[in-house]
Amino acid sequence: MTLALSGKEVAAKLEQKFADSIIEVNKDSLLVKSESLLELISFLKTSPEFRFDFLNTITAVDYLEYFEVVYHLTSMEHNHSLVIKTRYYGRENPAVPSIVSLYEGANVQEREIYDLMGIRFENHPNMKRLFLWEGFQGHPLRKDYL
Amino acid sequence: MAIANSGLINLGNPQTLPPDWPGGFWWHWVLFTIVIIAVVIVMVMAFIYMARRQIGRMQSRVGPNRTGPFGLIQPIADVLKVLLKEGIEPANVDKPVYWLAPIVALVPVFVIFAVVPFTDGGMLADLNIGILYVVAISSISTVGIFMAGWGSSNKFSLISAMRVVAAVVSYEIPVVLSIAGVLLLVGSLSMNDIVLAQQDTPFILLQPLGFIIFFIAGLAEISRSPFDLLEADSEIVAGFHTEYSGIKFALFYLVEYGEAFLLSCLITTLYLGGWRGPALPEWLWFIVKAVLVWFVMVWLWATLPRVRIDQLMALAWKFLLPLALINLLITALQVLALPEGSLWIMIPINFALTAVLILVWSKLFKLGWGRVEV
Amino acid sequence: MAIKTEPFVLNLGPVHPSTHGVYRMRVTLDGEVVVDIEPVVGYLHRGIEKLAEERTYTGVIPLTDRLDYISSMSNNLAYVLAVEKLAGIKVPERAEYLRVIMAELQRICNHLIAVGSFFNDCGAYFTPFLHMYREREKIIDLFEMVCGQRLTYNYMRIGGVSQDIPEEFLPALEKLLEQIHRSVDEFDLFLKENEILLARSRGVGILTKEKAINCSITGPVLRASGVGWDLRKADPYSVYDRFEFDIPTGSAGDCYDRYRVRIEEMRQSLRIIEQAVKQLPSGPVKAEVPHLVRPPAGDAYAHIESPKGELAVYLVSDNSIAPYRCHIRPTSLLNLSALRDMVIGWKIADLIIIFGSIDICLGEVDR
Repeated sequence: MTLALSGKEVAAKLEQKFADSIIEVNKDSLLVKSESLLELISFLKTSPEFRFDFLNTITAVDYLEYFEVVYHLTSMEHNHSLVIKTRYYGRENPAVPSIVSLYEGANVQEREIYDLMGIRFENHPNMKRLFLWEGFQGHPLRKDYL
Repeated sequence: MAIANSGLINLGNPQTLPPDWPGGFWWHWVLFTIVIIAVVIVMVMAFIYMARRQIGRMQSRVGPNRTGPFGLIQPIADVLKVLLKEGIEPANVDKPVYWLAPIVALVPVFVIFAVVPFTDGGMLADLNIGILYVVAISSISTVGIFMAGWGSSNKFSLISAMRVVAAVVSYEIPVVLSIAGVLLLVGSLSMNDIVLAQQDTPFILLQPLGFIIFFIAGLAEISRSPFDLLEADSEIVAGFHTEYSGIKFALFYLVEYGEAFLLSCLITTLYLGGWRGPALPEWLWFIVKAVLVWFVMVWLWATLPRVRIDQLMALAWKFLLPLALINLLITALQVLALPEGSLWIMIPINFALTAVLILVWSKLFKLGWGRVEV
Repeated sequence: MAIKTEPFVLNLGPVHPSTHGVYRMRVTLDGEVVVDIEPVVGYLHRGIEKLAEERTYTGVIPLTDRLDYISSMSNNLAYVLAVEKLAGIKVPERAEYLRVIMAELQRICNHLIAVGSFFNDCGAYFTPFLHMYREREKIIDLFEMVCGQRLTYNYMRIGGVSQDIPEEFLPALEKLLEQIHRSVDEFDLFLKENEILLARSRGVGILTKEKAINCSITGPVLRASGVGWDLRKADPYSVYDRFEFDIPTGSAGDCYDRYRVRIEEMRQSLRIIEQAVKQLPSGPVKAEVPHLVRPPAGDAYAHIESPKGELAVYLVSDNSIAPYRCHIRPTSLLNLSALRDMVIGWKIADLIIIFGSIDICLGEVDR
């Protein structure tokens, strides 16, 4: 059975290194600051007790005051999973660091989020629209689109 | 020194139809021109029908059986449909090349039938260079196909045209070498003489390796499965005839099945004993044997996947060509060494050699070269 | 001295006999060798995620049918599992077993189509394809008996399934299992050692283990590369922990291994169905759930092992009758992440075969 790691456990293990990046901890997820996202996920991927080598999915949700990007990670070795969330407050030009350098599977998912939600991912090799055509104006999945 | 026709070059069989049979040269020519065109078109339609029914049965379904009794009118319906369709022409085709391609591909197919013997001497012209004429003219179709591929201004067609040229040129050599094996036994290039020389044993028994090589190489030349990558409709849409519709497409369709009928007739003539057979009239035996060869070709079509282009070339150059050379060598040695009238000794020797060679050689060569470093 | 050649761009356009739907690839070719590919998707984008925000929770189920339209039962299952996780609804036993039976029958259907299409791409002129479709017809007849539909079933509901199976279903299923067992063995016997298939697919399009995990690839493609990761065993949902079955894995990660993994998975699915039919309890088939479900505010992530890979639904609710956000993990789109590296250096014919062996469905790619 895949053990869904609770945010509290993981936060306890992450200790000093990322103590100031973690904003909120609850039962099933971990909310972090977007600046330290890349470092944190890189640490989670490489450290031997976590080894999160598999990225399940990246989702973006539009809560009207902020955009939230949700990462679901799984470790095939230890068979446990984790949810990491990060937020961008405001509606103009939201941007979040890209994790393409860690997981290649993030490539198309981040392009899709840019296409449909408008969130830019910094350092993405090919930040173009995926489903909609190049001249499309607007981002359909936002709550204020239609 | 053993030759199958007992040492004579021009077999003057008294029952052979003379070359000006019904009443002079021109009447013979008119009659046989009509006969050839009618037979080819009717047999092509019959082949289309037989193929569809047979493939249907092999795919656990019934073929066409609604149009007419047992679906016999289906090929006529197909022909009518194709002829009545609009001939859509892309905007920037190379007009002369695009328009001439079907004709250049089609005419050689009909022209070769002039030397195919339907009965004893029943052919338009019993040329004494019969089989050489066949080999020479059959390559002209390829030019037509290449013209179609180039003139269509479509990259898929161009890829297909390149594949066709490469394949046809490569497979000409095993074809010609296996024909040479037959010629060593006959001693004459005339097609009727080749049939007359098979009075004791059909050459398929005397030349099993040659038959296999000719069959496989012939299939590749006319791009039938498993070598139908030249017009592979799961990769390059429809190959060289992608941009053709209407009557021009009907001509290409006729080329494809016409060449299949031609190959069946050639195999019948060269290896199966042509029009020879008891009881039934001779032309009927010819048709029966051609249908049998077509049955096997459709069987292969229905059951085998297709090879890749580099595997196709490897098969021609590394497998069929050496085997054809070895076949020629063995046949030559046997013709020189064996005394008159004892050709039947060749049968078991040749079968054993065929089995050994094919089994051993197929382990020795690598089929294609796989991934290329980019 | 090598001939100077120039690469050209070929557009394997959205309309092509072998792209399994409207998938477009701009392929840069040097002669016949593929040098680069650039996929272009979005030709089937219907905005399912946006539409889901306008409908009630039950009303989203027909939308999920159309995602991977070849295996609708699995899509339904993923979605209703997410809603039940969010709302804390307990599903009755009989419904769980029926769900498992339907999902495994669906897996067999899907793999029949996948293997049939794979052979079609190889060039075997529809013969294996039609034989496998004949078997699929028998399974679809069963589905029609249960829910009246042949392709988009809309069978699962929040809290169970929509209706109970009729009496003819179980005897017909028993008879069918025997027939499918024989057919799968027959197909395997004919196709496994075919020389041309081996020459075309052995060693072609190799996907290494590390790359597969890094590219978020799941399903038979991942298992053929040697990773024994199957959600039915790693993270069992529904009642999968009560059945005994194996997970077939390959070793080389080439097209031939993917084909073998699918054939073996069909056999394992038959095992699961036999056990499920034996253990099938009686009882209600749907929990008492209000017509307009209102889950409490929060989010939930539910994933299943669909025939193509890990299909997951991430559902966010704000205690209203419609989902606030319904995100569907695009299994097929992620399975294509490694396509470029699998294909470069091979020829066009191999590109088609490799693409066919990944087995995608455009409805899932584009949503």
